[in-house]
Amino acid sequence: MAKKQHDTPMLDELESGPWPSFVTGLKRLANDNDMMVDLMGQLETSYATKKGYWKGGTVGVFGYGGGVIPRFSELKDENEKHVYPDAAEFHTLRIQPAAGMHYTTDLLRKMADVWERHGSGLIAFHGQSGDIMFQGATTANVQPAFDELNEMGFDMGGAGPAVRTSMSCVGAARCEQSCFDEAKALRTVVNNFLDDMHRPALPYKFKFKFSGCPNDCVNSIQRSDMATIGTWRDSIQTDDVLGKKWFAKHGMDELVNDVISRCPTKALSLKNTKDVSTVEGISSVAINDTQSMQIENHSCVRCMHCINVMTGALAPGKDKGVTVLMGGKSVLKIGTSLGTVIVPFMKLESDEDFDALNQLAQDTIDFFAENALEHERTGEMIDRIGLVNFLEGIGRDIDATMVLQPRANPYVRTDGWDEEVEKANQRKANAA
Amino acid sequence: MTEMREPIESGVPDHVQYLHPMMKKNYGSWKYHDRPRPGVLHHVAHNGDEIWTVRAGTQRQMDVYTIRTLCDIADNFADGYVRFTTRSNIEYMVTDESKVAPLIAELGKHGFPIGGTGNSVSMISHTQGFLHCDIPGTDASGVVKALMDELYDEFIHEEMPNRVKLSTSCCEINCGGQADIAIIMQHTKPPKINHDLVANACERPTVVARCPVAAIRPALVNGKPSLEIDESKCMCCGACFPPCPPMQINDPEFSKIAIWVGGKNSNARLRPTFHKLVASGLPNNAPRWPEVGAVVKNILRVYKTDAKPWERMSDWVDRIGWPQFFEKTGLPFTKYHIDDWRGARATLNASTHIRF
Ligand code: HEM
Ligand code: SF4
Ligand code: SF4
Ligand code: SF4
Ligand code: SF4
Repeated sequence: MAKKQHDTPMLDELESGPWPSFVTGLKRLANDNDMMVDLMGQLETSYATKKGYWKGGTVGVFGYGGGVIPRFSELKDENEKHVYPDAAEFHTLRIQPAAGMHYTTDLLRKMADVWERHGSGLIAFHGQSGDIMFQGATTANVQPAFDELNEMGFDMGGAGPAVRTSMSCVGAARCEQSCFDEAKALRTVVNNFLDDMHRPALPYKFKFKFSGCPNDCVNSIQRSDMATIGTWRDSIQTDDVLGKKWFAKHGMDELVNDVISRCPTKALSLKNTKDVSTVEGISSVAINDTQSMQIENHSCVRCMHCINVMTGALAPGKDKGVTVLMGGKSVLKIGTSLGTVIVPFMKLESDEDFDALNQLAQDTIDFFAENALEHERTGEMIDRIGLVNFLEGIGRDIDATMVLQPRANPYVRTDGWDEEVEKANQRKANAA
Repeated sequence: MTEMREPIESGVPDHVQYLHPMMKKNYGSWKYHDRPRPGVLHHVAHNGDEIWTVRAGTQRQMDVYTIRTLCDIADNFADGYVRFTTRSNIEYMVTDESKVAPLIAELGKHGFPIGGTGNSVSMISHTQGFLHCDIPGTDASGVVKALMDELYDEFIHEEMPNRVKLSTSCCEINCGGQADIAIIMQHTKPPKINHDLVANACERPTVVARCPVAAIRPALVNGKPSLEIDESKCMCCGACFPPCPPMQINDPEFSKIAIWVGGKNSNARLRPTFHKLVASGLPNNAPRWPEVGAVVKNILRVYKTDAKPWERMSDWVDRIGWPQFFEKTGLPFTKYHIDDWRGARATLNASTHIRF
């Protein structure tokens, strides 16, 4: 039995209603955990005063510089004594899950046992960067808790100016839209940067994220410095049997209004099957015995819409790979920014392909480490130095897919024009 | 002193060891999926193999007893494998369709809602709040619990025009992320500086450098080195607070909640977009935040009736235009909706494209 629970009238309110209640969980833990009793006391105080009472500090595990989020309570009485002493220390361990967030129950139970023994018993699946967050340990218990998790095959995630924990969508494991092995890519890249994750020494945080297709289920384009997103460069694959099945169920109105007319680049059209073009870059799917939907793949921007609606009847092409975008980030300091296309397409199949992705990541981190200002994200650096300088810094060529439009303002010095034309011709020749 | 143990720098573990055998077998060779009912996905592989996924909402911040209950369910009904989605939903996989109904019944018995698939309102991605962050203006788990109670029906049904993703954030740093509807703490007054503490707690050049509008200057106050703010410049972003906690930005009265609309990361149809401010000034009213819930539900109601099939919130607004968005939702359009930050003119209407 733990000490008596504090009155928590406001938190109690959150026990009613149909959604599962974290408060009920906190109370259950507080039945035999003093830390949770006092945690609830502090949380209730925050609800009443609308103020937070945690401050950071320095707590870590031996050998690493980051990964523990230290929290010390600042809620003290007039004599500087903790109001809720058993929750005076309430640190979080960020632990990296396997890509795709798959678990066996055996593993989850072991994790729960560790956290019951050494921590508060409160675990978040997962934080917004993908970590399993083991929340609520005293300073003394951080090391033993980590040791046990580490022996189980789990390692600390990132915090501070470091490479952060990464995320991938479920992808190849269970999604037909997947264009590469997201989990392998995540593991290959992130495990190459463990030193930069565990010993924070970069200008600021750096996040990788991996989504199997442009649906981008893990939000890589807005929330990672380097987003690896699956795509394809040949024609959308089609299946007439499933196309007819889809049409039989949904009919002409839906085909026209919800599929064809929603294509952002007007790449879709309805045709009599006998009139479907046979030129390169055109694919089509039969919807009944006489009609087909035609797809002009050179106009398609791989937005996924038609494939999402007619799953199975339409599918990403066979020549799969990834687009890599860089510089996505949240608000501070220039405002939100999306990732910019850096590599329009690269294959990601052979070991050499994965090495190439790793090399791109390495070149980027190296350049970032040397050239970003303190507390500057990759996106802000690109903003400051310009995309061309950034590309030169990481050793990549320019490409017309990187812009929505060429510059519209004339304030530019073009005295290197002839050399640049020469380079452009050279690039073209190399690509051919 | 116990012996120091060197960490095993194992990094990201191999996921294959935790994969459901059917997912391992058909890794990379799935053909299509459908949704037999809300909360259930049915995936078919090229070789005809099938797998059913049951998706249930969780409270994300879970006690070990809840975790063990979820494990018991997986052991008894789903071969001992689970996975989590990015929005903290849990997924159970089975290879026999007849196991779906009993699994759903068991999850229901323990109070876990089944849904979050397809055109539903999925679980709200959220942040740390009062429970663990050092700079929150409000809670996160509590706001989410209160809202998900209200949106429960929209989680268990698929009645929206397209997917709806919500997020909440307890300060403007916005760890919650971009969303169709984002609920974000908005500070409305410049930080209050506790000058006695600045010299000890803050590295002053770092703090000065952190301000996006250069509103902070070093100053001597009461003979002590401190900082001062040009309050006419300050736009209350709170960026100075993390490196200098004596610059208190959170205010029980003046930190308000704002609602943002139309963000999405998917490339489907429109390119990815950020959410935009539509409402602010909502009180931080624990424990149920009813004013916030009312605005969110109103927006969802209008979207649900007005948007066409497959229009995400952003596609819908793109079609009807922002003036009509404000018209239809009854939300007032104010001068604060007009951007004046860097690059703002790109957000102004430089055309005669106007809907009447
Ligand atoms: C039919 C096409 C789609 C399929 C097959 C699909 C599949 C999936 C799958 C398997 C997940 C779980 C991923 C994980 O957590 O690792 C997921 C989650 C998610 N997807 Fe998609 N997706 C599709 C379209 C989209 C689109 C168009 C969006 C646009 C926003 C989207 C946004 C998300 C988000 C935000 C999540 C987080 C999970 C949650 O709400 O529980 N997806 N999707
Ligand atoms: S990003 Fe694409 S491949 Fe990955 S889970 Fe989402 S829909 Fe599937
Ligand atoms: S995937 Fe291509 S063809 Fe299909 S809707 Fe998007 S742009 Fe159009
Ligand atoms: S949004 Fe702000 S207050 Fe909330 S967890 Fe993130 S940094 Fe902390
Ligand atoms: S709140 Fe933001 S704008 Fe105001 S002084 Fe602090 S950093 Fe500058």
